[in-house]
Amino acid sequence: MLENPAAALTIFVLAIFVGFEVIAKVPPLLHTPLMSGSNAISGITIVGALLAAGAEDHTVSTWLGFVAIVFATINVVGGFLVTDRMLGMFKKKPGGRAGAKSGGA
Amino acid sequence: MSDLFVQLAYLVSAVLLIVGMRFLGSPKTAPRGNWIAAAGMAVAVIATLLMRGVVSFGVILAGVVVGSTIGVVLATRIQMTAMPQMVALLNGFGGGASTLVATAELLKYARVGAPPTGVVPIAIVLGCLIGAVTFTGSIIAFAKLQELVSGSAVTYRGQQIVNGLLALVTIGLAVAVASDPLTLAPYWGLTALSLLLGVLLVIPIGGADMPVVISLLNSYSGLAACATGFVLGNGGLVISGSLVGASGIILTKVMCDAMNRSITNVLFGAFGAAAETSASGQGGEQRVAKGYTPEDAAVIFSNSRSCIIVPGYGMAVAQAQHAVRELENVLEEHGVDVRFAIHPVAGRMPGHMNVLLAEADVPYDRLVEMDEINSEFPETDVALVIGANDVVNPDARTEKGSPIYGMPILDVDRAHHVFVIKRSMNPGFAGVQNPLFFNDNTMMIFGDAKGVVLKLVEAVRQLD
Repeated sequence: MLENPAAALTIFVLAIFVGFEVIAKVPPLLHTPLMSGSNAISGITIVGALLAAGAEDHTVSTWLGFVAIVFATINVVGGFLVTDRMLGMFKKKPGGRAGAKSGGA
Repeated sequence: MSDLFVQLAYLVSAVLLIVGMRFLGSPKTAPRGNWIAAAGMAVAVIATLLMRGVVSFGVILAGVVVGSTIGVVLATRIQMTAMPQMVALLNGFGGGASTLVATAELLKYARVGAPPTGVVPIAIVLGCLIGAVTFTGSIIAFAKLQELVSGSAVTYRGQQIVNGLLALVTIGLAVAVASDPLTLAPYWGLTALSLLLGVLLVIPIGGADMPVVISLLNSYSGLAACATGFVLGNGGLVISGSLVGASGIILTKVMCDAMNRSITNVLFGAFGAAAETSASGQGGEQRVAKGYTPEDAAVIFSNSRSCIIVPGYGMAVAQAQHAVRELENVLEEHGVDVRFAIHPVAGRMPGHMNVLLAEADVPYDRLVEMDEINSEFPETDVALVIGANDVVNPDARTEKGSPIYGMPILDVDRAHHVFVIKRSMNPGFAGVQNPLFFNDNTMMIFGDAKGVVLKLVEAVRQLD
């Protein structure tokens, strides 16, 4: 697919810059979910695992691919779910704060 | 399915992942962002399954079912206080997967007898090396955080030399593999040494430096995925991997800045161990900190208008976040304005305290970052430190000889009254005594964070 290494390298460098731009804006409040969310994304290596395990020939590579799928799926599924669980806690609780704010300094 | 279609699907996937990450930037849009990113991942997986070379669906299905089950169980059972080790563990799995994929690809080339060309050999080496270091490094970080092994820094004489030599041999093997990939012996050596290197690089790093290590390992797992992308010539992998790599690097830098230390100092300085010896040497000082009861504190709280609570790792260990939330409620009922000051490296991972307080239903607009809140301590009636130590040590501002000199701290000592809830007078992670505890305006309340806070709640209620 990406036969040309220069093209792949270009994508790599540009994507790093995009990553810096996108992530530098995330406030410290959300650093833990950012971390677990990006952690889930690093499970994208599942694509490689699928290619290794899915090839027709049943060889050592297939079984390495199988274990890789298990690992990557734990990473992806666990990562996105736990991020969702955390983010659910950051929802603003409406009405709960009315009295507190009035005493503010 | 045509290659063009698959390529376009990867492009869609990459866009969804980037947009998803972008949405993670605000609490309101973040849950949606997470699911957009998950959708991006699903697109990449489905596109891959539609590729011509992928035919053994039985193996794939089995792997996905096993992995999903474990993932769901982990994600739903884990306690919020254990989030740092959860992230470390998941991260390790990602790194391990990258190593396995690199190995599987190399074996395919070896079976055919045709060596890989272009950047592929280098990418295989990097995927194996970075993935393996991430795998074992994360497992050690997990074991430390879960307290399966001692959380403190493990050091021995000549450690740097051993690690340095090992790194050199690893690089030598990496060059050997890249120049002649089809001879497999150096590859197995490389894999074994990389796994060992991951262990040795993380054991000398102590508990409070974990936010840096976890951020860095997170970055590595992204770079490992990236290398896998180069092995497979897959642009989707390269893009997603670099996104994660970038996010990990940014968080690593934020954490290092928050401790005023360089990344090399964190990774190779063996901070906790080195500082402990110097602290015991200067232990001649005999000052007595004043111990108070929660009832004493309640009287002062009831006469206050403003309070800033500073949570630290001690709050997480004692699972005190719900009790703290209760204290916030009862103080606000008494007309006290309560806010939380969050130091960037409080806890064991970036943002650790925010997640715990959010779990306890503390609204996030009450959580204030260090730079914003520091100027407000002089006008604050009470600062309440719960299980934090080094991040409120005034020596960091004044004592040039202190190991933590120059580290940005929360200026709690400038508040009118300071309460410190602490188990004992034992020094914190940096191994240095904290003069804050001996100040005239500081009152120590000794005990378990949760127990003391609950007593405080009770005592403030009794005042009515």
